[in-house]
Amino acid sequence: MRGRTPAQRTEALGHALTWLCGGALALNLLLVVFLLGLLAWHGLGYFWQRPLVAVELADGARLLGEVHHREAGRPADDDGGQPVPDRIQLKVGNRDVTGADFVWLEEPGIAARSRPAEAVLLERLEWGHFYGFLRELRDGDRLLAAGDEAVWRELPVLHRDKLALRERIHELESGPIGRINYRLEQLRLATRRVELEAPPPAERERRLAEIAADAAAAEADYAALAEELFALRDELMREVVVAETAAGRSQQIAVGSIVRALRPNAMGAGDKLGLYLSRVWEFVSEDPRESNTEGGIFPAIFGTVLMVFLMSLAVVPLGVLAALYLREYARQGALVRAVRIAVNNLAGVPSIVFGVFGLGFFVYLVGGTIDRLFYPEALPTPTYGTGGILWAALTLALLTVPVVIVATEEGLAAVPRVVREGSLALGATKLETVWRVVLPAAAPGILTGMILAMARAAGEVAPLMIVGMVKLAPSLPIDALPPFLHLERKFMHLGFHIYDVGFQSPNVEATKPLVFATALLLIAIVTVMNLVAIALRNHLRRKYAGSAV
Amino acid sequence: METTQTLDPPAAGAAPAAERDPAITPKISDPVLEILGLSLWYGDTQALDDITLEVPAKRITAFIGPSGCGKSTLLRCVNRLNDLIDSVRITGDIRFEDGSIYDPAIDINALRKRIGMVFQKSNPFPKSIYENVAYGLRIQGIKKRSVLDEAVEKSLRSAALWDEVKDRLNESALGMSGGQQQRLCIARAIAVEPEVILFDEPCSALDPRATAKIEELMLDLKERYTQVIVTHNMQQASRISDYTAFLYLGRLIEYGETEQLFIRPQKKQTEDYITGRFG
Repeated sequence: MRGRTPAQRTEALGHALTWLCGGALALNLLLVVFLLGLLAWHGLGYFWQRPLVAVELADGARLLGEVHHREAGRPADDDGGQPVPDRIQLKVGNRDVTGADFVWLEEPGIAARSRPAEAVLLERLEWGHFYGFLRELRDGDRLLAAGDEAVWRELPVLHRDKLALRERIHELESGPIGRINYRLEQLRLATRRVELEAPPPAERERRLAEIAADAAAAEADYAALAEELFALRDELMREVVVAETAAGRSQQIAVGSIVRALRPNAMGAGDKLGLYLSRVWEFVSEDPRESNTEGGIFPAIFGTVLMVFLMSLAVVPLGVLAALYLREYARQGALVRAVRIAVNNLAGVPSIVFGVFGLGFFVYLVGGTIDRLFYPEALPTPTYGTGGILWAALTLALLTVPVVIVATEEGLAAVPRVVREGSLALGATKLETVWRVVLPAAAPGILTGMILAMARAAGEVAPLMIVGMVKLAPSLPIDALPPFLHLERKFMHLGFHIYDVGFQSPNVEATKPLVFATALLLIAIVTVMNLVAIALRNHLRRKYAGSAV
Repeated sequence: METTQTLDPPAAGAAPAAERDPAITPKISDPVLEILGLSLWYGDTQALDDITLEVPAKRITAFIGPSGCGKSTLLRCVNRLNDLIDSVRITGDIRFEDGSIYDPAIDINALRKRIGMVFQKSNPFPKSIYENVAYGLRIQGIKKRSVLDEAVEKSLRSAALWDEVKDRLNESALGMSGGQQQRLCIARAIAVEPEVILFDEPCSALDPRATAKIEELMLDLKERYTQVIVTHNMQQASRISDYTAFLYLGRLIEYGETEQLFIRPQKKQTEDYITGRFG
C-alpha cells in the first residue's frame, strides 16, 4: 500500500466492497441454482427407464433388476483397515416374492452380467414392479399363448381391453355407485333428523316409511349395479400372465392389474422418451398407489392449489380492509404504531402456533358450533367440527395476513396525497376517494402482498397437519356431488406429501426420488401461481402507469 | 379536526370600506368570495393573520408573495382542503355567495363541487383520460353514457385538449405530457361546472410553452368562471390577473387592481418584492 494516496486507498476499498457485494449475490444465486439442479437431477431422473441387468453371482444365484446406485469401495490402508469392495444397489422389485425391492451386491461377487432383450418390467397396481421373463398367457385353464415372443405379441391387445375395462369400473364406482352411496347417506341422515325432531307418532311413521321406501329403492339400484361391478371385476382379473423371475420362480399376474408392460432393453431412445413423458404425465395426473409410494400426486396438487386459492380469497379482503383502516382512517399515533408492530410480529410467530389456534378456534369452536346448529343428525360424526380445507385455508389466511397488510399499507402510502386531494376537491367523499382512486392505484402493492402470501401458504406444512391435511384423501374437495365444493373435506398437500413420502413411507429407498420430484413440482406450482399474479400486477401497472402509451 | 370559527365583529365587513386601509380594499362591485378576518394556525405556528379580502366574480385574482407567505394556505381555505390536516385551527370566516363556508351545516362535498381546484403538481387519477374527466360526474351519480360523453367532450374542448386526445380517450392519463396533464386537470375541474376555480401554482412544473397554453386557457375561461391563482411568478400574475394580492409572512400587505399594484405599489414591501429586492 506504500506510495498510494488516500484517494487511491479509498477507491481500492470501494472496489473490494463492490466485489464483496457481488460475491454475496453470486453465492445466493449459486445456492438457488444448486438447489434447483439437485431437485431436477434426482427428481427428473426418476422417470427415465434404465436398462435391466441380469446378474449371476459367484454362488450361482441369479438376479434381474435396474442398477439404482453405485458406491465406490476403499482399498486396505496401512493402519490395518479392511478393504471395502465397490458395491452396487440393484432394484430387483418383485416385492411379493422377495419382500424387498432392493439388494446390495459387492462387485467381486458378481460372476456375470448381461442385458437380455426379452427381460420384461411389469408395472403393477399392487406390489410394485415385477422384473422377469414372460412364459404363458392363460385364461384359467385355457392357454392363450406360450413362449416369450408369443406372449409379448398377445399381451398388448389384451392389456388395452383391460385398461378400458378398468376405466369403466372406475366410472361406475365414482358415478352411479357414488351417487347411490350419497343418496343412502342422505336417507340415513334423514332418518336421524326424524328421530331428533320427534314429530307426532303418525307423522313420524309416515316420514320413516317414505324414507324406508326410498332406501329400499336405492338398495335395489345398488344391488343391480354391484352385480355389474363384480362381473366387471371378475372379467378384469380373468386372464393372467405367467412369468418367471430371474431365480426361476413362476409367478401369476392378472393382466388387469398391470399398468405398463415394458422390455426396457429392447427400447430405443424414442420409445424411452415417450415412456418418460407418459410417466411424468401419470405423476401429475393420477392418484397415488401403494401408500403414496407409486402412481401420481394429482390429489396433492389439486389440494394445494385449491387451498391456496381459498386462502387468497380470505386473506386479501381481510388484509386490505385492515390496512385501509390503519393507513386511511385510524388517527396516526402511538396506538396505531403499536398495532403495526404487533401485526409485523405476528408474521414471526411460529406457524404451528397458528395451527393450534386454528384447531381450537376454527375446528372445535366454529366448526363444532356449525355442526350442532346445522348438522345435528350427523353427530357424533363431525362435519365441520374436524379438520377440513376451509379451516386450513382460514388458518393460513391468519398466518399470512400480516404480509398482505404490510404490502397494502406500502401501496397505499405510495399514492400521492395530491391525488387524494384532487379527488376530494372534485367533491368526492373520503370513501369515494379511497374506493375509486386510492385502492386502484394501490392494487399492484396489494397483489405483491398476495403473491408473498401465496408463496408462504403453498409451502407451509406444520399448521396444516392439525387442521385438515391428510396422507391420503378418499375424494377431492370438488366433485360432481352437490354442493360440488366440499369445504369440510380433508385434502392432500404437496408439502405434506414430501414429508410423508420421504420420511413416513414403508419403502423409503424407492420413494427418495419421488421426494425430489414432488419438491420440484411444488416449486414449479408456486412459481406458476406467482407468475400469474405477477402478470396480473404488471397488467395493472401498465393500465395505471401509462407506460403502454 | 378542531376548526373553530368565530365571526370577528371588526372584520365582518361591518366597517365601511372607506375607513379601512385603501391599500388592501380595492373597489369590487360584485364579490363572489369574501374572506373575513381569516387567521390560521398549524399547531402553534400562525400561518395566516387576519386576512380580509374580496374576490370579484368572473375575474382572475392572483395571490403572490415569497415562499411560505401563506398564499397556498389561504387558497386551500376556500375549498376547505385544510380540514384534512389534523392540527389546523382557523378563526374568521369565508363567505361564498352570502353563506359561510365554515357553517357547520354546510355540505362540504357540495361546496367542493362548486369551488374546483387545480393543483401545483398535476394529479391525474390512475385512470383513462375519459374517466379522469368523467370522475366528478360519476361521483355525482351520473351513469348515462350520452351525458358523460357530452360532458367529457365539452370539458376537454374548453380545456383546449380535445383535438390532442380525442383518439386516445381510453388510454391512461399518466401517459400524457406534463402540460397536457395539467390541462386535463383543468378539464376535470370544469366538468363538474363549478363557479370558482382555484389554481395553486398550476405552471410551476411546466415549460414556457405549456405555461403559455395554460395562461391562454385561463383567459378564455374568464367569461364563465371566477378564477383565483396562486403564483410566485410575478410576470404571470401581471400577464393574466385583474386583481393581485401580495401576502407576506401570513399578512395581506397589498391588494388591488393588478396594473395599479405593479406600476404604483402603495407599500414599500410590495415594491421591494416586485422589483426583486427580496423574495
